[in-house]
Amino acid sequence: MSKISEEEVRHVAKLARLELKDSEVARLSSQLSAVFEYMEILEEVDCADVKETSQVTGLENVKEEDEVVGWEVGSDFCNSTGAVPVLKNLQVGESQHRDRNGGNSVLSGEELLKCSELSVESKQILVKAAINKK
Amino acid sequence: MANLNELTISELAKGFRAGKFSSAEVTKDCLKRIEERNNELNAFVTVTEKEALKSAEECDKVFADYMAGAKNVSAVKSKNLLSPLFGVPMALKDIFNTRGIKTTCCSPGLRDFIPPYDATVVEKLKAAGAVIVGKTNMDEFACGASTEYSCFGVTKNPHDLSKVAGGSSGGSAVAVADNMCAYAMGTDTGGSIRQPASFCGVYGLKVTYGRVSRSGVTALASSWDSVGHFARSVSDIASVLQVTAGQDRRDMTTPPKPVPDYSSFLGKGVKGVKIGLPKEYFGEGVEKETRDVVLAAVKRLEKAGANVVDVSLPMTKYAVAVYYICMPAELSANLERYDGIRYGKKPSKDPSDLVDFYFKARGEFFGDEIKRRIMIGTYVLSAGYMDAYYKKAMKVRTLIIKDFEDAFKKVDVLVAPVFPFPAFGIGEKANDPLAMYTADALTIPANAAGLPSLACPAGSSTAGRTEVRGATLTGLPIGLQIIAPQFEEGRCLQVGEVV
Repeated sequence: MSKISEEEVRHVAKLARLELKDSEVARLSSQLSAVFEYMEILEEVDCADVKETSQVTGLENVKEEDEVVGWEVGSDFCNSTGAVPVLKNLQVGESQHRDRNGGNSVLSGEELLKCSELSVESKQILVKAAINKK
Repeated sequence: MANLNELTISELAKGFRAGKFSSAEVTKDCLKRIEERNNELNAFVTVTEKEALKSAEECDKVFADYMAGAKNVSAVKSKNLLSPLFGVPMALKDIFNTRGIKTTCCSPGLRDFIPPYDATVVEKLKAAGAVIVGKTNMDEFACGASTEYSCFGVTKNPHDLSKVAGGSSGGSAVAVADNMCAYAMGTDTGGSIRQPASFCGVYGLKVTYGRVSRSGVTALASSWDSVGHFARSVSDIASVLQVTAGQDRRDMTTPPKPVPDYSSFLGKGVKGVKIGLPKEYFGEGVEKETRDVVLAAVKRLEKAGANVVDVSLPMTKYAVAVYYICMPAELSANLERYDGIRYGKKPSKDPSDLVDFYFKARGEFFGDEIKRRIMIGTYVLSAGYMDAYYKKAMKVRTLIIKDFEDAFKKVDVLVAPVFPFPAFGIGEKANDPLAMYTADALTIPANAAGLPSLACPAGSSTAGRTEVRGATLTGLPIGLQIIAPQFEEGRCLQVGEVV
């Protein structure tokens, strides 16, 4: 595990989706080489029967019971910076299915589209292209 | 009454309930101090003056109602139902989500990011009546030990303006050290609370991993990050911890461990407490003056009745290598989301396709240190190298944890220096990242094992003269740390009070 070449730096940058300038590549090559040379100290350690530690809480598969609740959205949904959910417990046996356009506590698709600041066409919000096709 | 910004949480809590001053008056003094000092020190990146004064006014209304409604005035004083934090001004490292207020992690790409929700810790503190005066400067994405890697410039050490404040929570440390607020929140992944606390001469607590919720706190290395805070007294540290600690259903790494009454550990003294000095933390890599200051403090603990024994943590010398393999690996995964689409801006130059979009956006998003660490992380996780580096490091981490388990069979707490030397000059270490990394050797092991550690001011370095805590420090502060087993923050507080 010796020097990290500039070619390897470019390869890793590609994996990490990082665009680097040529000067950055040269600098990283020497800095990373020094760092990885330091890491070789771990070769001294005998880890034959040692298990890996990925976290220190000892917790496994933390679960929570699924609770059926209703979801009320504030009337100023469009103006608030985030929905204000009011959770309430439904009785056991009460229907959990709310019609998309029914029930007074669920916003329909049309109502959501009305909140859009961008124009809507055929029930879809038109967004500006991020990549200009040449 | 002038200079209310210099009072501790306990003093403010007493004063509020005695009607001596109001939260609005204290907050105004803090804001005045920030206005006077922040241009020079650069501790705050956002000052929330309007919101702070509004919160303070609301707190004052509650106090007034509360006092008027109480029939027995002494009952109000003795059994306060409001948290000691009620009405007290504080600051948040800019890594904690604050709804409606910019949260930038001091990264170029997140300069204009406004979160739509509060971090759990912020919610808890607001419910306890915290008055938030602003967001503090930090190393970008908490990666650094000097607060020099911030896109908003360096934070200076109030004891010597040519020196760094430490990092990554440098802004929070300075806010408390320079009396800009009574306490401040930070995070500690490899030493980022304890080291700036040591550099600035204040108390800094790194909690047990999982003691405080990390929901709404930008993740750096998810199995190493700990939330914590700075304050000017141990009793203040206890007051804040009482509010922030506890299980949170939004953070699956917070176990259902009960939160003790931390104030019960104060005033207990150290008679019979077994203190271990890990010999690897007092070796040649640590400057003599630092060692002397810490050992002098240990002598004071011994005189107060503690039993001091030597212990050994042989895996200490591998901790930096383990950390700088595992942490960048986790960081590179956590930072994948910053792609110029979900967060940040699209690139300034037109990309040719989506992948090119990511390259350019991310190239412009991050500073140099972050790019360096993403590269290290990506490398150690790449095919062909993962076994040799990442898996090996995870195994050595197990051995580091075992070192502590063995030591705590013999002693109650460990006491050691926080850093090999006091605050260094601004710009001094900028070109030698490896030197910066290896200096974290004394703080990293507690993060590897998820242990709590309290940094306490122990003295200062003034050409051989040692100042005891309480006397005016004229040199650079030197701190020590008190490490305890998981969830035993109480022991840290008990011993820290006596230092």
